[in-house]
Amino acid sequence: MTLMAIIILLFAGGILAWLSERYLQRGGHWIGLVSLLLASLLLASYWPYLGAAQVIGSGPWWDSVQINWIPRFGISFHLAIDGLGFLMLALTMAMGIFGLVMTWNDIHFRRGFFYFNYLWTLAGVVGVFTAMDLFLFFFFWEVMLVPMLFLIAVWGYEQRLFAAIKFFIFTQASSLLMLIAIVALAYLHYGNSGQLTFNYNDLLDAQLAPSTAYWLMLGFFVAFIVKLPALPFHPWLPDAHTQAPTAGSILLAAILLKTGAYGLLRFNLPLFPESSAAFAPVAMSIGAVSVIYGAMLAFAQSDMKRLVAYSSVSHMGFVLLGLYALNTIAMQGAVMQMIAHGLSTAALFALVGALQHRLHTRDMTQLGGVWAILPKLSAIALFFAVASLGLPGLGNFVAEFTVLVGSFRSSHWIAVLAATGLIGAALYALIMMQRGFFGALNKRLQKLSPQAPIADLNLRESCALLSLAALLVLLGLRPQPVFDIASPTVARSLAHIETARAQYAKDQGIGTRFTSQEQTWAKPHPKESESP
Amino acid sequence: MQGLLAWVPLLPLIGFLILVGIPLFYRREPPESVITVIGVGSVGIAALFTAVATAAVFWQTPSGVVNIALWQWMQLGELKLGINFHVDWLTLVMLMIVTGVGFLIHLYSAGYMRKDPDFRRYFAYLNLFIFAMLTLVMADNLVLLYLGWEGVGLCSYLLIGFWYKDPVNGTAACKAFIVTRIGDTAMAIGLFLLFYEFSTLNIPELINAAGDPGADREIITIATLLLLGGAVGKSAQLPLQTWLPDAMAGPTPVSALIHAATMVTAGVYLIARMHPLYTLSETAMTAVAIVGALTLLLAGFSAIAQSDIKRVLAYSTISQIGYMFLALGVGAWSGAIFHLMTHAFFKALLFLSAGSVILSLHHEQNIFRMGGLYRKIPFTFLCFTIGCASLAALPLTSGFYSKDQILLRAWEFHQGFNSLWLAGVLGALITGIYTFRVLFLVFAGSEGAASRHCKDANTPAMTIPLAILAILALLGGLLTPPLQAVFGTTAERHPAAWVEGVAIAMPLIGLGVAWQLYRREKKTGEQRSRVTQFWFSGWGFDWLYDHLLVRPFNMLARLNHNDMIDALYKGTAAFSRQLNTLLSASQNGQVRWYLATFAAGSILFLALLVAL
Repeated sequence: MTLMAIIILLFAGGILAWLSERYLQRGGHWIGLVSLLLASLLLASYWPYLGAAQVIGSGPWWDSVQINWIPRFGISFHLAIDGLGFLMLALTMAMGIFGLVMTWNDIHFRRGFFYFNYLWTLAGVVGVFTAMDLFLFFFFWEVMLVPMLFLIAVWGYEQRLFAAIKFFIFTQASSLLMLIAIVALAYLHYGNSGQLTFNYNDLLDAQLAPSTAYWLMLGFFVAFIVKLPALPFHPWLPDAHTQAPTAGSILLAAILLKTGAYGLLRFNLPLFPESSAAFAPVAMSIGAVSVIYGAMLAFAQSDMKRLVAYSSVSHMGFVLLGLYALNTIAMQGAVMQMIAHGLSTAALFALVGALQHRLHTRDMTQLGGVWAILPKLSAIALFFAVASLGLPGLGNFVAEFTVLVGSFRSSHWIAVLAATGLIGAALYALIMMQRGFFGALNKRLQKLSPQAPIADLNLRESCALLSLAALLVLLGLRPQPVFDIASPTVARSLAHIETARAQYAKDQGIGTRFTSQEQTWAKPHPKESESP
Repeated sequence: MQGLLAWVPLLPLIGFLILVGIPLFYRREPPESVITVIGVGSVGIAALFTAVATAAVFWQTPSGVVNIALWQWMQLGELKLGINFHVDWLTLVMLMIVTGVGFLIHLYSAGYMRKDPDFRRYFAYLNLFIFAMLTLVMADNLVLLYLGWEGVGLCSYLLIGFWYKDPVNGTAACKAFIVTRIGDTAMAIGLFLLFYEFSTLNIPELINAAGDPGADREIITIATLLLLGGAVGKSAQLPLQTWLPDAMAGPTPVSALIHAATMVTAGVYLIARMHPLYTLSETAMTAVAIVGALTLLLAGFSAIAQSDIKRVLAYSTISQIGYMFLALGVGAWSGAIFHLMTHAFFKALLFLSAGSVILSLHHEQNIFRMGGLYRKIPFTFLCFTIGCASLAALPLTSGFYSKDQILLRAWEFHQGFNSLWLAGVLGALITGIYTFRVLFLVFAGSEGAASRHCKDANTPAMTIPLAILAILALLGGLLTPPLQAVFGTTAERHPAAWVEGVAIAMPLIGLGVAWQLYRREKKTGEQRSRVTQFWFSGWGFDWLYDHLLVRPFNMLARLNHNDMIDALYKGTAAFSRQLNTLLSASQNGQVRWYLATFAAGSILFLALLVAL
């Protein structure tokens, strides 16, 4: 019931914020903050599961709730949480609060409606991360989309309408594919078993012909990598990120992109293990190419927000690469990257937003030498830029390193290709620092500064940013707790793949194909199979 | 006592955190004295702890090893990594250099950087650097080593670009980071390969596993070559040497600490640390030796043609590290580390004296505008001379002992006369030439244009480190580190006396040539022939990379600035809009237009029916 309470709390908070608009001029952010804090408190009630996930409770879920919704079609309101879900929810709450605090006074009109959309997006995301009924999942998938659309279209920057429409068309077209795949999956399962259901646990056992499974897998895959985003479905992202208000960019980068990665890990791999395994080299290549292509585009930008947006494409490429490397190390790395990228990119967007708020530009040809007038902001920007380029000791490095180590086992050349993305990351992160913060003070800013000294980060902003920095350091030096929490989910996804591979080998007759398959895939390591 | 060693890297980290965190608690910038106490003190205590630990644990025990496990870093399947330190004599030598020389340079910095508005930021970076460097040398697994490795790279970047207002400094800083990152990426791939093959990245375990006769030699060769890629990046060796001369944009103590004494020798440390793997691969050994030999010659020639005092020293650093690589390539592991140590002494001394010169001349760095300074700043002159003598390896200085050891090993390794030895000997001659050319041009003869405004800028904080380093540069040759337990012992053989004689004679010949060169250049002023211009430009490497890599990449980035994939979607959208306008035009509300099209359509349809 806790899960349900979290979602209801966020929905209700949103409605309350909207209603309050009429009576309270500035109450929206307080209502938002209180609902998010309460929701975090509810989430914190799962802390006993953190230490010993295996022992407490039966089955994979820490907690689940199932209420009949449309029994005729076997659709139920089924929410459940496990380690991965918990991590994602924790990220959602943290980033929700962070985005709120960073843009505390930034919204100047329709405040109540803004926080309504903000909270509803979060509620949708929480639903996505906990829904264990495919129809419900699709429902929440759409719920998080629409309020996000409003956030961009109403409170965005210069080209907000264009960006909002682009964002909507991309995600809508892709979720249509997913809807078709979901319905087809349920229908085929009905044909085989005589039971019509959208329940995740039941559909895991669906028996599908390989070619059908492949097409269904592609339907899910495309929907998820549009969200991720990976090449060639990324063009919505730079526009949406750049034009969204700062809080919207934070939500998009830190949380909404993760729903794609989460979907791949939760649904795509376990539901279609054979076809996923067969498709893995393609997916890994897409990931590696995204890493490099995103980095190159980030390097070419002069709009700082666009640069950060393209860096997301690069970082999320590592997630795709890691997930489809199909071994524990790389998949755990991908989960870590989801979190680390969430923290570092959210902070960078917040910083660009703060910069734009103060200097009224984010064009790097208009900036330069900002360190001289805003030393605190610049120093923190330096920290997160360095995190973004994957400096060891911070969370992003742990993620990228484990992804690369793991995927090197699956495919040498793809991993090597992705590793060159490390050079690309250095290029865009340093050019951002160089053009934005170092160098001589821009003439335009020289005129600006003597009359009214520009305020550096205030206590509220500093605290919010420094806590993210501290989290990144913690993840970089002590990532083990996160790995431990995520490990059952990852192991389960992997187990499906392993079973499918073993089945495949048996069907082919244990002999020639099996060994060659094994060798191209992974060097046989006896310990790998022993570990859960 | 082992806990004491764990504190050695932590102290500079604490110093860094305090310096960075000050604005959180105090609104005003603290006075320089407070910052000095924190920044210099933290490294000073770390040096003290190192000395105490050495005396208590390692003294007279060359095979002593201390392992310190702090906490588990990550454990995923077979990937088991800890934040663990491994200290043996090799590490200990590095610890003493980093904390000892590091402390002296910190102290000197307090004088050199006085009245800089960013005094606190400077010491924060410097402390962070010491922490990262100590992590690098103490790490017991390659990933933790990589953490330090990238950390020192970051600090190097930050300190080269310390005076950020000048974009030239920023460009040099970016160049340094990115060029080394290319090497680092090769190294990272090497780590992936090692883990793939041996399922561990713990250094002692790795060495054990590689020593197994069943280990795949080919993979070891590739992995060691990839690690060499990391080493040449960080140590500014061919072909990634181009960043170091530009890195001189940073404050001079930074050049002394990072770009001479410690960070740039990390590559040497890495190969020495992994030497059991290198000995397994003849290809890798040869590659290391050739890289070293080529670099020491090319950089030496470039040093002869420079006119900026710091760039001469930078090229000389590249050249001297080339000697260390040569030593590694011929299996003279202790010789390489010994030269690393003496080089840290005399090159830090040279840079710090050069810093005094530069400060005394109000930031003039062109040696052709100097001259006759021996009268105006005699103490600096003395220190610089000692540094030069040691760098050129004049007999009885510290540099002589270490370089001699390398040359003898190169002779022995290939049983007699060989090209590596010849490169080393030729390098010794060139070293003599460029060293004494600088010495003469700066201090001897008549006063140059800038010398007239010379005002001795030394403060006690600067003279004390200079004096200590001068003593070390002179007598450091007596401090042979006991590395037999780490590297094993090699039988002592004495080659013919003339081989030794050649090694002694070369710097003296160099001195003579330098005098001639000085006489001529004093007359002509700053002038270069075509050949020296080529040397001056660093053998055209910058030009080559600029045209081969930088420009094509920039062009590609500019071409694809708007993302060609997006054009595909934009095209679809534009096409739909065109279609929309076209079809909208047909619905214009005019009845006669509708009737006309209706009629035309009907006729067309009927005609089609008839035709078919």
